[in-house]
Amino acid sequence: MIFMVASAALLFTILLGLTRAFAGPTVYDRLLAVNNMGTKIVLLIAVIGFLMGRPDFVDISLLYALLNFIGTIAVLRFVKQQRRHADE
Amino acid sequence: MDQKKYKGEKKIDLYINIIILIFVLLTGIAAVWLRNLVASAMLLGIYSLLMATLWVVLDAVDVAFTEAAVGAGITTALLLFSIWLTGKHEKKSTKKPWLPLIGVIATGGLLIFGTIGMPDFGDPNAPAHLHVAPYYLQYSVSQTTSPNVVTAVLASYRGFDTLGEVTVIFTAGIGVLALLTGLRRRRRSQKLEIKK
Repeated sequence: MIFMVASAALLFTILLGLTRAFAGPTVYDRLLAVNNMGTKIVLLIAVIGFLMGRPDFVDISLLYALLNFIGTIAVLRFVKQQRRHADE
Repeated sequence: MDQKKYKGEKKIDLYINIIILIFVLLTGIAAVWLRNLVASAMLLGIYSLLMATLWVVLDAVDVAFTEAAVGAGITTALLLFSIWLTGKHEKKSTKKPWLPLIGVIATGGLLIFGTIGMPDFGDPNAPAHLHVAPYYLQYSVSQTTSPNVVTAVLASYRGFDTLGEVTVIFTAGIGVLALLTGLRRRRRSQKLEIKK
């Protein structure tokens, strides 16, 4: 039961992150939304693992947590490069 | 595990699938809708993350990892790199999109119509599950010692196939890197000439 409530709450949080990613006027809003959604998806996979009786999903969510920041770093480097480009 | 509990869990599975698919649909529409290409690239990253979650829920862990690493990680970086080389905003198209839109909707409708004739999801009597799948299910643990059948099929029974795929992806990566670095170098040399 507790896992069901937790997964419903996480799905709702993902929806909130999605709305910010759709609406967010600046790059940083969307960046935060993407990073937040990555974190929530890591948690969701862990909770789903316990919900479906397969706790080994925790390993998968850990690997996702390791992968999660690559996109964020790519976007941040892009923004930095563009700034430098604009200054020149 | 008693039957009733198992059925309840199956249903939760279905609900989570449906909700994630709705999120995927919304993200896809928004990625096409937005004119800011950086935002579109980031939304495509979210799209890949959601798809990867879907694959995990459907128990295809290998596909999920590929989707998360390639879709959310490398593709976002590549898209941003190409945006950096070209332009940040999508140009407004002067042509009316109606004819291509009708074509796409018709093709999509035909594909959905085609799925009606397919066997039900998870049907044990589907043709795809009667060919080599029983053999894999029976022997994959004893022959490959992998507890996940999908992993066993991809990495062992179809190992040469996967090796070919890896070769294709590696070649594509080298090609893209060569293209991007070549462009960068040419740009830099052009700038130097202008300064001179």
